[in-house]
Amino acid sequence: MEFSGRKWRKLRLAGDQRNASYPHCLQFYLQPPSENISLIEFENLAIDRVKLLKSVENLGVSYVKGTEQYQSKLESELRKLKFSYRENLEDEYEPRRRDHISHFILRLAYCQSEELRRWFIQQEMDLLRFRFSILPKDKIQDFLKDSQLQFEAISDEEKTLREQEIVASSPSLSGLKLGFESIYKIPFADALDLFRGRKVYLEDGFAYVPLKDIVAIILNEFRAKLSKALALTARSLPAVQSDERLQPLLNHLSHSYTGQDYSTQGNVGKISLDQIDLLSTKSFPPCMRQLHKALRENHHLRHGGRMQYGLFLKGIGLTLEQALQFWKQEFIKGKMDPDKFDKGYSYNIRHSFGKEGKRTDYTPFSCLKIILSNPPSQGDYHGCPFRHSDPELLKQKLQSYKISPGGISQVDDCGFSLNHPNQFFCESQRILNGGKDIKKEPIQPETPQPKPSVQKTKDASSALASLNSSLEMDMEGLEDYFSEDS
Amino acid sequence: METFDPTELPELLKLYYRRLFPYSQYYRWLNYGGVIKNYFQHREFSFTLKDDIYIRYQSFNNQSDLEKEMQKMNPYKIDIGAVYSHRPNQHNTVKLGAFQAQEKELVFDIDMTDYDDVRRCRSSADICPKCWTLMTMAIRIIDRALKEDFGFKHRLWVYSGRRGVHCWVCDESVRKLSSAVRSGIVEYLSLVKGGQDVKKKVHLSEKIHPFIRKSINIIKKYFEEYALVNQDILENKESWDKILALVPETIHDELQQSFQKSHNSLQRWEHLKKVASRYQNNIKNDKYGPWLEWEIMLQYCFPRLDINVSKGINHLLKSPFSVHPKTGRISVPIDLQKVDQFDPFTVPTISFICRELDAISTNEEEKEENEAESDVKHRTRDYKKTSLAPYVKVFEHFLENLDKSRKGELLKKSDLQKDF
Repeated sequence: MEFSGRKWRKLRLAGDQRNASYPHCLQFYLQPPSENISLIEFENLAIDRVKLLKSVENLGVSYVKGTEQYQSKLESELRKLKFSYRENLEDEYEPRRRDHISHFILRLAYCQSEELRRWFIQQEMDLLRFRFSILPKDKIQDFLKDSQLQFEAISDEEKTLREQEIVASSPSLSGLKLGFESIYKIPFADALDLFRGRKVYLEDGFAYVPLKDIVAIILNEFRAKLSKALALTARSLPAVQSDERLQPLLNHLSHSYTGQDYSTQGNVGKISLDQIDLLSTKSFPPCMRQLHKALRENHHLRHGGRMQYGLFLKGIGLTLEQALQFWKQEFIKGKMDPDKFDKGYSYNIRHSFGKEGKRTDYTPFSCLKIILSNPPSQGDYHGCPFRHSDPELLKQKLQSYKISPGGISQVDDCGFSLNHPNQFFCESQRILNGGKDIKKEPIQPETPQPKPSVQKTKDASSALASLNSSLEMDMEGLEDYFSEDS
Repeated sequence: METFDPTELPELLKLYYRRLFPYSQYYRWLNYGGVIKNYFQHREFSFTLKDDIYIRYQSFNNQSDLEKEMQKMNPYKIDIGAVYSHRPNQHNTVKLGAFQAQEKELVFDIDMTDYDDVRRCRSSADICPKCWTLMTMAIRIIDRALKEDFGFKHRLWVYSGRRGVHCWVCDESVRKLSSAVRSGIVEYLSLVKGGQDVKKKVHLSEKIHPFIRKSINIIKKYFEEYALVNQDILENKESWDKILALVPETIHDELQQSFQKSHNSLQRWEHLKKVASRYQNNIKNDKYGPWLEWEIMLQYCFPRLDINVSKGINHLLKSPFSVHPKTGRISVPIDLQKVDQFDPFTVPTISFICRELDAISTNEEEKEENEAESDVKHRTRDYKKTSLAPYVKVFEHFLENLDKSRKGELLKKSDLQKDF
């Protein structure tokens, strides 16, 4: 890809040629783009794709992949960001082009570490899986052919010879006959996920795969190819990074994966300990408010809670000295011996501030991390209330915080997507202290942005569904939530 | 056969490695036609010497180098590892991270101790003719799958020397398989799941995969004699209670009663089949097979593989023709055409063949002055006159097939090039 300073030329292709360059609404990204584009477009495309992939990730956490809600929300996200996803729509060229170019730009940003690569590959795979799932059957063959996959459908004769075996092997086939089902013959090693679980018929080194199961194989192929490509990209990265126009963007992009990590804040030392009780009701997200309350009531928190809450406090600006004082004061109220605290707990606090051991300055946990790791058990207060709480309890708790209807649904329309407790705190403080205004828009239940209150979880799907609808009825304006005294 | 005295090993091994070990065939195997440069030279061997001294990353330049080293070190055990990116014996000189295992045969290790929960005759390292049938069934089932399902052509089965068998799959494409695919193959071949705390280890679903169906058909051929007669798995209450633990409680009483009235395992098994299929038909459709019966048969007879042996490309496995230090038996290739007749108790021990060799030598008239020459000459005749001969023949047959395949591949490749 070439970048030509300020001036740029957009390739304008005639109708047919445009369609020929992107014959399908999805692709394997085998060929890098060869146009010239402006820096501005470069940056915008990259940012849009990062937004897309982060939505893919969030939706995958909030909904079971492949369910109707997941599918429709992902589709609307794609539509919103103007990336391709479906055939038979008006002027496909531009969305497909955006999709193509933005993917390759992100390769530059996400090839740099094992973790970044893994994340990037995972989201791209989920995206491809979605697009493939909505591809009409007659388009599948064409797509496979164009993607250089060696999948040949077997003849009817061959099918009949093996009909029984194929039907008996493939869980995706019901009934006793194959009918018009296409069966593909591929080398067994290319069908790893199928044959390892004995979900496909093997004969003489080949797997006989029904069309329905081809998806898994395609995804594997895709993962393998992308993984290799990222490794290659990483090798040529130094040359790219030396281009000063690109360096800041690429760095920013790969950090935006984790979002801001809230580890180094300009507000260190600006919070005093006696403000915390008030702040917890005004600006703490529910998870931290819950932890703070439990700490005050029990004069103790278990390890998971101390980690989650302790790092959050560091993120909002507590110094090490303040933290030590804060925790010690509280624990002593619980009749803990001050010496015991010094021996047992202060080391860990110092450790989390990077003052002990290998001196890692630990970063406050993001929402995703809180939701996905270390689920709370009996006696724990950490975790995410929207994920880990019993729906009834959650409802009660929110009501006790005097949340008003409509308020929570408006959180979303503030213009930021919430994925970090410290982000919640920052935005809340900004609003309270005269920052930007909240947009007042009608409730949009369909928006795919993760809303803390209506975040659906895989395990409590129906219970939370009813909770969500009742939440939307009982809640009031956002400002009330932030400014109420309790 | 005859008693083997482990203290004699050093002397016996010396003789074995000088006069009997089939070096040229062995080299022919691991060199794979010399098609890939340095394939043999980059192969790792490990030796276990006297007093359990273990040395890894041994590698050799050629056949004669291998011979010399083996004769010098006199290893008690020899393991074969992977083909690496560099000569293993120089791995310390290689830049960190650059020394990688690249290729290796796909191997399987089936060990009798993994069946201790279902054999009544012996346990742990012991084997007997009554339980050896488990290995026979394992070889048949696994080999069929490797050949018919996976299309693997070059499979060498070897007696481990004590209580199990190994399989070496040597096809060119197979040697390149990734660890993930190897694991996948083992998973495909696995049906018996669970450790000590799991009573029922086999669960079949409604759809029976052809692999399972074909395996059951193999087991059926052996089941009566192996399980109902030799193992007598329904002999008494203690033994049949174990089987009852594998079927639903609702039919326990009925089965207990009919078991009490029967006289032997065969009769009891007939009862079990009838009751189980009646139970089956009540809850499922007629269309489906007699799962309960099959699940029991599989739990008692189906092969149990150790995934760790198979999945690692760098995993070291006992070499064919090495000696088992505890039993003295040679790890000999098994003739697939005669699997049913294979008897581990007739496999020659090192002391036996060494004695055979001595007997031959004293009977022969020639006594050459030039030792080196006479060694080679003797060796080409020597093993042939011992009980090792038939096993080397099996090995040579295997090598001939490899050669044929290789020639076929080379022809194909040159044809393609000409076609250009």
